[in-house]
Amino acid sequence: MDLKLLNADPTTEERAAIDTAIVSLSSVGADGVFAKRHLLLPALEAAQGRVGWISEGAFNYICETLQVPPAEAYGVMTFYALLTAAPRAPRVVHVCEDIACKARGSDALINELKRSAGPPAHYVPAADHVLVGDDDVAWLPSPCLGLCDQAPAAFVQIAGEHPIEELFGDVTIDRLRAAMGGTLSLARAPRRRLPQAGGSSLRLLRRVDVVDPTSLDAYRAAGGYEALRRAFEIGPEAVVRDVTDSKLMGRGGAAFPTGRKWEAVAKQTVRPHYLICNADESEPGTFKDRVIMENDPFALIESMTIAAYATGCEYGYIYLRGEYPLANERLSNAIVRARARGLLGADIMGSGFSFDLEIRKGAGAYICGEETAIFNSIEGFRGEPRNKPPFPVQSGVFRKPTAINNVETLVNVLDIVRFGGPAFAKIGTDASTGTKLFCLSGHVAVPGVYEVPFGATLRDLIDLAGGVPDGRAIRAILLGGAAGVFVGPQDLDMPLTFEGVRASQATLGSGVIMVFDDTVELLPMLQRIAAFFRDESCGQCVPCRVGTVRQEEALARIAAGKRRGGIANEISLLDEIGLAMKDASICGLGQTAYSALESAIHRLGLLGEQTGR
Amino acid sequence: MIAILPPTAPARMVELEIDGVEVGALEGSTILDACRANAKQIPTLCFLDTLHPVNVCRICVVEVEGSRVLVPSCARKVEPGMKVRTDSERVRHSRKMVLEFLDSSVDLSTTPDVADWKTAYGCDSERYGPPALPAPAAERDHAHAGHHEPPDPDHRATVAQPVKIDNSLYVRAYAKCILCYKCVEACGTDFQNSFAIGVAGRGFAARISTEFAVELPQSACVYCGNCIAVCPTGALMAKPEWDKRSDGTWDESRQTQTDTICPYCGVGCTLTLHVQDNEILKATSPFDQTVTSGNLCIKGRFGWQYVQNRREDEPSA
Repeated sequence: MDLKLLNADPTTEERAAIDTAIVSLSSVGADGVFAKRHLLLPALEAAQGRVGWISEGAFNYICETLQVPPAEAYGVMTFYALLTAAPRAPRVVHVCEDIACKARGSDALINELKRSAGPPAHYVPAADHVLVGDDDVAWLPSPCLGLCDQAPAAFVQIAGEHPIEELFGDVTIDRLRAAMGGTLSLARAPRRRLPQAGGSSLRLLRRVDVVDPTSLDAYRAAGGYEALRRAFEIGPEAVVRDVTDSKLMGRGGAAFPTGRKWEAVAKQTVRPHYLICNADESEPGTFKDRVIMENDPFALIESMTIAAYATGCEYGYIYLRGEYPLANERLSNAIVRARARGLLGADIMGSGFSFDLEIRKGAGAYICGEETAIFNSIEGFRGEPRNKPPFPVQSGVFRKPTAINNVETLVNVLDIVRFGGPAFAKIGTDASTGTKLFCLSGHVAVPGVYEVPFGATLRDLIDLAGGVPDGRAIRAILLGGAAGVFVGPQDLDMPLTFEGVRASQATLGSGVIMVFDDTVELLPMLQRIAAFFRDESCGQCVPCRVGTVRQEEALARIAAGKRRGGIANEISLLDEIGLAMKDASICGLGQTAYSALESAIHRLGLLGEQTGR
Repeated sequence: MIAILPPTAPARMVELEIDGVEVGALEGSTILDACRANAKQIPTLCFLDTLHPVNVCRICVVEVEGSRVLVPSCARKVEPGMKVRTDSERVRHSRKMVLEFLDSSVDLSTTPDVADWKTAYGCDSERYGPPALPAPAAERDHAHAGHHEPPDPDHRATVAQPVKIDNSLYVRAYAKCILCYKCVEACGTDFQNSFAIGVAGRGFAARISTEFAVELPQSACVYCGNCIAVCPTGALMAKPEWDKRSDGTWDESRQTQTDTICPYCGVGCTLTLHVQDNEILKATSPFDQTVTSGNLCIKGRFGWQYVQNRREDEPSA
């Protein structure tokens, strides 16, 4: 392609970092327009990681090497919150400002940063091309970092030849100062164990905090790779049948029957087929997949191998959110070790079946958890959702048949294959089978991931997490994440099954249970949710792009006491905006952007109470 | 557009129901095609039948029985037995809101048909409050993804910003941009393959941009003007038209449109010359013209100054 490039050169360091990233990633299956383009995001991430921002020289080199038109690459680069085209300090501290952390004091941390370290990096116009604040360090507020059990949380990135990334929980002002100063050892809080660790009833979490997550031998000694062995014995059709019989439903939020998805991919005649694990866990309040990936990474690799075998996939991707460095490290280690033992690659366990996979890191975009946005992101395009149909099983990544499943969904497959679909279907209720991971955060005594068989009530889960501290009353509970719904203390006996929440017009979403006690002011939480959706909208379709703005503005007017035509008018305007977003947006982000607000207003009567109505 | 059909079996007819009436449509055609063939008026903004449908504006949504959400009629293919409602309460509500969302954030004063649609769907954009002041030049070009300033309770956000005039042939008035993606498609694989522009940024800060927002003369732009031809809002406008609109002398009632053939090369593109007071103000090509599908090159689009260079004029091109 005859490209018009910028007149700028990369530094030696930038060039080396980009070359390394490009060489290290496979090009399996990508051809035609995708042949090099799919390396765009990894290359941009490498340039960012080397110096802390993407210079015109590095950008130019990437465009030239991958033959991507600069205007298109710029559109991709500016899509991701973790990439920046403006010169920035090599050390960046991202402080979570989302609801779970807000409920546990992150506002105070952010105010302290504003006072002592100046404005956040993004408030300085990029056009000025100046280093921000201290030459060495910058800070930014961040959407949910997936560490809600250890709120408040922060994420530190230090650019360099060997870039450092680390998530920090239980952040205090002192720990934050240590992180800003670059003394990471002093920023670390004592590690928290899984609350149910070692419990005999655990299935998905049985190895967490019990088995060494870095050792393949330890994993095998704990029953690892027995499921894959059995899969090879019974054959791919029988695996799909077991998954169908298990009545397993997707755990990412949409609750689609996994067996139906796998069957549809398996029968596609177009080749190759791809498998994607959706590990872009970004729904505010969700951290279950992180716990699995950090503490039982081989389980995900084994599950994916089984899924690939059942659906006839030659190659797989784990699309991992960029803010999960430990998960990345543990999964990378697991992949290398599995490959070395012939558990990935050609002729796995002598079965004749070949499959390999790689990790693709996101770069700060909630929307990339939407399944079709993941395809675009992997292919090197903007992470904008696609219109459906066609569905992923027909036309997914690289326009080929694609099976895409959430981490928790995939890990369920191990027990389904080991013990059979019908045995799995006996756990839980008739319509919601198996166990479910719930992410308890906010005002509970022991936040964390909890595994229970389907059928437990909301009250059971909150009790499991030690109840609300200090004997305080529950004000509200956010179920399912920012895209979920608020319920109140009157809903505590709701069974947390797909059918149980549906009957109450609620949702399980990604398994979020975020508890707010009666000290919490809810309106600022709603404003934060509205700000989140505005920030995370890809901007493609009008209802979501503008609707999320108008929704946030209406809440701001209500909060400021500047209601246009009174509170009833503002609420009916919010309802109108919400309905259009739900009905006419392209994807689930816009379709659910009003969900939590709507429930707070109409179910909890929040705004009526605010005005004494 | 006149399509040249490949020598394959003719497409089959699909029976579907639109607003309670059984109609037939060619297999592979869209709901919008079927509606238009049956005299149903569906508003469109991001749709143009010479470009791939991107279905982003959502103004053409219709209700399809069995579908949880509304579907974009411009992109959804007809299916046997489909039951479509084009004017239900849900449809009218979403269209009204899409129009209000656009009208309250974008300058639609040069978008055809919008005034009629606003009346038809009962839009009231003022209920979002008075508009904020326009952004300073370049501010929107550098918005960082994932962050925004807290909303102002006294004003509604808009995309208002100064016009970009960085060359003598056309201007980019992004205060009028509804982000329909048509210019990007025309500049990219749908026609020109120049890739001078793309969509940058995210959310409400998404914008059409060159790399690093460089000015057009530094970009890959070849000045074919095919982006201008497909722009539905006048955000992209030939300079003479922009100047005449700015000084109030643009008057379509005094204009004629005359078709001719471009004199430059052997392709023979049809040119439509838009003339006011014996002066050519712009050249377009008909979208249904098989040679061009509405596209031209820099010479056909802008290279007609010699026709009207008068002795007293300075050379202007």
